[in-house]
Amino acid sequence: MFLNLFHSLRRHGVSVTFNEWLLLQQALSENLADSSLTRFYYLARAIMVKTEAHFDKFDQAFLECFGHIESSDELLRAIEEHLLRMPPLELSEEEKRMVEALDLEELQRRFLDQLRSQDDEPHVGGNKAIGVRGRSPYGAWGYHPAGVRIGQREGRLRSAIQIAEKRTFKNYRDDLALDTRSMKTALSYIRQVVREGPKNSLDVDSTIDATCRNAGELEFIWDRAKKKRIKLLLLMDAGGTMSPHAELVSRLFSAAKDIVKDLQFYYFHNCIYQELYTDISQMKAVSTRKVLDQTHRDYKVILVGDAYMAPSELMSPNGAIDYWYRNDRPGIEWLIDVRKRFRKVIWLNPEPNAWWHSVPSTRMVQKIFPMFELTLEGMRAGARALIKQ
Amino acid sequence: MERFKGTDRYILSDALREIVNAAIVLQRPLLLKGEPGTGKTELAHVIAEDLQLRLIRWNIKSTSKATDGLYVYDTVQRLNDSRFHDKDVSDIKQYIKLGKLGEALRSEEQVVLLIDEIDKADLEFPNDLLFELDQMSFDIVETGEHFKAKRRPIVVITSNSEKELPDAFLRRCLFHYIEFPAPAMMEKIALVHFPNLRQALLSQIVARFYFIRQKHDLKKRPSTSELLDWVQVILAGGISEQELNKRLPFLGVLLKTEDDVARVSVH
Repeated sequence: MFLNLFHSLRRHGVSVTFNEWLLLQQALSENLADSSLTRFYYLARAIMVKTEAHFDKFDQAFLECFGHIESSDELLRAIEEHLLRMPPLELSEEEKRMVEALDLEELQRRFLDQLRSQDDEPHVGGNKAIGVRGRSPYGAWGYHPAGVRIGQREGRLRSAIQIAEKRTFKNYRDDLALDTRSMKTALSYIRQVVREGPKNSLDVDSTIDATCRNAGELEFIWDRAKKKRIKLLLLMDAGGTMSPHAELVSRLFSAAKDIVKDLQFYYFHNCIYQELYTDISQMKAVSTRKVLDQTHRDYKVILVGDAYMAPSELMSPNGAIDYWYRNDRPGIEWLIDVRKRFRKVIWLNPEPNAWWHSVPSTRMVQKIFPMFELTLEGMRAGARALIKQ
Repeated sequence: MERFKGTDRYILSDALREIVNAAIVLQRPLLLKGEPGTGKTELAHVIAEDLQLRLIRWNIKSTSKATDGLYVYDTVQRLNDSRFHDKDVSDIKQYIKLGKLGEALRSEEQVVLLIDEIDKADLEFPNDLLFELDQMSFDIVETGEHFKAKRRPIVVITSNSEKELPDAFLRRCLFHYIEFPAPAMMEKIALVHFPNLRQALLSQIVARFYFIRQKHDLKKRPSTSELLDWVQVILAGGISEQELNKRLPFLGVLLKTEDDVARVSVH
C-alpha cells in the first residue's frame, strides 16, 4: 500500500528503506491510522523520517501523493456530533449476506448523496440514513461489508493535507547537516589511540600476573585509560572566491568541532600573511608568527581553500588582495613556514581536481602541500596522509 | 492493550499522543527531539504515570558506554575478596551489577525505559545498543547467563541533536520532533502550572514572552521552563499587565547571557 509515497520520498531525497516501509504496513494493519489521513500523516512521518531536516521533504512528497484528496476529516467531525454511541449491531451470517456489497466509487457517491439529503436528527438503526447501528453502508458501529466507517474515535486531528501544505518545517530544512556524519567518520580516522590521563584503569591481566608472583597477595597494576585523540589546527580560506563553498567549509568545521577536542581554527583571506583571523568576517586578527610558535608541532594541520589567486598575491610583498593591506613578506613564504613548522599538513581544495593544473597559483601551492579534494574520498585520502608516519 | 492518553499536568499534541501509542503497539523505541524545555524527558514520566508502569531512567553522559548500561563486572571487588575467605569468590554472580538497560530487560513487569540525552555519548554509542534494543535480550559473558525481557519495555530516547545519530540506529526508531508550543498551547501549559492565573495577565505574559523569543537574534532563546519561572516571579512581584506592557521586569529569569539581556533591553 502507498508505494507511491515510498518512491516519492526517495525521489525527494529522504532515504527511506524497505524495512521502514514494511513497518508502516504493519502499523496500518494494526489500524493505527484508523482510516484518518491526518493520523496516517503523523504515523508515516514518525516511521519513515528520522530528522526534522527532512520533514519539509516529507510534506512535499505527501502533497505529491495525497494532495488531490479532499480531506473529509472536518466533514466527519460534523457528522460525528450527530452520532450516538451505541453497542455494535449483531447480525447473523444470513443477514450479513443480505446487506448489499457495494464498490468503493458507488459507495462514496451514495454516501455524499445521503449526507446532503439528511436532516440533522440522529439516526439509529435504519437501512439508509447515516447514523449508528444501521445497515446502511455509512456510519458508526453498524454493519456493512464495504462500508464507510466514520466517527468511531474521539479527537479527530487537523486535516493532514492542510498541515502538509503549511510546510511548517521549511526552516528546519538543513541540507548543511546532511553530510556532517560522513565527514566526521572521515575525520575520526585521524584520531589515534593514546593512553592518557591518570592511571585509573585496572590492567586485569597484569594484576593477576603480579598477584601470582606475589604469592597470592593482591597487587594492583593500573594503567592510563585508552583514549582516541587528535590535535587539529584548521586554517580556512574565507575569501571571495570561496563563497560558493562556504556551506561545505562550515560543514567541515562543525564536523571537526564535534569530534576534535583540541581544535584550533583560524581564517585567512586567499593566502596567509602575517595575520590570521579568529572570526569569519576577519575583524579580529592574531599574529601568524604567534600562532605558529604557540601551536605544538604535533598538531595535524588542515588548510582549506581553493588556492585560486593572482600569482602576485602569492609571490610579491604587498601582494595581498586587500589594497590597504601591507605585507612585507610574500604569502608563499608564510605558507612554507606553516609547512615547515608542523609534521603533518594537508590542503583540502573544494574545487575539482581536474581544474587544479590550469590554475598557476594552485600549482604553486600544490608544490608546498599535499593537496586533496574536499570530497569524501579526498578527505579519506587526506586523513590517511595525516596519520602516515 | 492499554492506550496512552496523557495526564492533566502534561499538555501534549494529538500527533504526539498517536505516535506514543504507535511506538507501544509496534514495539519500537521512540526518539524525541526538540528544543530544550519542550518536555521530552517529561513525556517518559507521563507515559509511566499514565500506564502505571515503573520508570527506569538512564542518563547518558559523555563517558557512558553501552556495555555499562547492561552490566558491570566488579573485578576489583572479587580480587579483593579473594584475599579473605569470608565470601565465595567462585560465585561470580555477586560481582555482576546490572546497569539501567540490564535492569529494564530483567524486570518481570513491563517498564518504561528512558534513555536521556543519547547524543551526549560517543558517536558509536547508539550503534552498540542496536542488538539489545532489537532483541531485548542480553548475555552476561562471565556467568553465561542469558536474559530476555518478558515484556518489551517501552523505550523513550531523547536527543538534543548535539551529534548526529547513526542511520542504522535511526531506522529502528519512531521519530518525533516536538515543536516549540504555539502561544495558545503555551497558555494552556502555563495554566496547568498556575491554575489561578488571571487570563488577562497570562495573555500579556505569553505575548511578551513570544515578543522576546521572536524579535531578537538571541544566543539562547528562552524556553517553556523559563517562561514558567518568569510567571512565578511576576506573580510574586505583583506586577500587573499594564506594567508588563511598559517594561520587561526580571529579564534575568528569561535570558541567561549578558549579551542577550543587553540586546533585549535596548529595544
